Amino acid sequence: MSNTSQQSGQGKASGTQGLHVAPSPHISDKSFTTQRMMTDVLISLLPLILMSLYIFRMNAAKQMIICIVSCLVAETLFVKMRDRVATLDDFSAAVTGMILALSLPGTAPWYVGCLASFVAIGIGKILFGGLGMNIFNPAMVGRAFVMIAFASLMGAAAYEDPSSLVDVVSQATPLTALKQSAIPTSIGALFLGMTNGSLGETSALACLLGGIFLCVRGTASWEIPASIIASVFVIAGIADIAGSFSGDLLMHHLFGGALLFGAFFIATDPVTSPLTFKGKIIFGVGTGTLIMIIRLFSGYPEGVMFAVLIMNAVTPLINRWTIPKPMGVA
Amino acid sequence: MADQPTAMERFVQGILPENPVYRQLLGLCPTLAVTNGMKPAITMACSVAFVLFCANIVTSLIRDLLKPHLRIVVFTLTIATFVTIADRFLAAYVYQMSKLLGPYIPLIIVNCLIICRCEVCASKQSAFVAGADAIGQSIGFGLALASIAAVRELLGTGGLFGVHLLPAAWPDWVIMVLPPGAFITLGLLLGAVNWYSSRKTKNA
Repeated sequence: MSNTSQQSGQGKASGTQGLHVAPSPHISDKSFTTQRMMTDVLISLLPLILMSLYIFRMNAAKQMIICIVSCLVAETLFVKMRDRVATLDDFSAAVTGMILALSLPGTAPWYVGCLASFVAIGIGKILFGGLGMNIFNPAMVGRAFVMIAFASLMGAAAYEDPSSLVDVVSQATPLTALKQSAIPTSIGALFLGMTNGSLGETSALACLLGGIFLCVRGTASWEIPASIIASVFVIAGIADIAGSFSGDLLMHHLFGGALLFGAFFIATDPVTSPLTFKGKIIFGVGTGTLIMIIRLFSGYPEGVMFAVLIMNAVTPLINRWTIPKPMGVA
Repeated sequence: MADQPTAMERFVQGILPENPVYRQLLGLCPTLAVTNGMKPAITMACSVAFVLFCANIVTSLIRDLLKPHLRIVVFTLTIATFVTIADRFLAAYVYQMSKLLGPYIPLIIVNCLIICRCEVCASKQSAFVAGADAIGQSIGFGLALASIAAVRELLGTGGLFGVHLLPAAWPDWVIMVLPPGAFITLGLLLGAVNWYSSRKTKNA
């Protein structure tokens, strides 16, 4: 008898009129939605977008439109294949498209951005179960795919656009020029972004402006960019002193290439980076170290993409390793 | 032995319902390694078919002599004999292909598909059933390899069997003939086969 009454009591409690029972946290910031985070990212990318439009002109505009439209189409298509409701209004596909576009060379033909977008959304995100379930940063999955598929269109030499009227765009990227021909670029040009490179990576100043905005808003965790930049600073500093470059090498590695862009906008993706403070520091140091290992010792002039992808792969391990222990558990 | 499948059932099952690659996920090492072109994939499928057929027949003929604790050794020795024949044959008549496939022909010895068929079918049933089983499984394996190789070679080089088919402007997706392309293609095709068969069972 008592058993049945207990059961009916439980049924009542979990019904609509009963108590609302849910696991903690009980108080959460309702304004902190995916949509708000993605809007923040788009706002913080504005300085980079303007800078790339200024340097690369039509090439930049073309690449951004192709990537964003392809990402939105891919998202709609693949989500429909899974019989889910399309959620284009959370802007996550648009952000993936924009970050992907900013990581591509302006000279890449239309199909590169288009294919990268479909791989990014299809293989990088939807196959794993959609937003929040992916292991790897979708934009970087797409970029890695086209980087290997079209090596001649994405390699260091592809960045030089001899037909461009803008002087810097017809030259090699700063890291390639330094690595292969030992030609340094002036630090001022590196900092402002008057150099060649992927669309969004050229200007250190624009990356810092947007990145600091993201960290202040709390959309990106400051620990990740801080620890990436710190570890690159230390390793590039050692390489600089060892090769007696009197600071040139260090400045190139800090302000040249995709370091700041990657540190603030790619590595901070909340889905594919660790959750805890300690985990974020481990993630950042690992990414920074891998970036420098690839830059200094491999055939590639730049290693941000592969470094972030490798650290994405170990993020679940880092999370398990640094999980906070509940009080009272030995 | 009344519940053992007949020769016809064995033959049909190997092609699709129990396809070695798409259903049993056996023999994935050659599936991933040699499917960057149609020619190596077909050569591999033929070599496996030869080894599987001969090994199944021999195993089936000696099945009454098999001692349970020694059977795996006997299977391996039987398979190794025919793999050596296939390997030397390829080296003698199609030297370039033999060089291209490299260690993957000798590695047929450890192809779990063949030892699985010896264990599951040939060591229990007559030579006729074992032969039918080997042919069915070989067709299934060949179809799987050919389907993966077709996708990879077409996207990666714009052609099939080395003949350019797509428009000249086709940008070769080099990644598809490299190892990542093998994993991506196998995964997507596996998903497609599962999706197709789950739809079929739903409709039935």
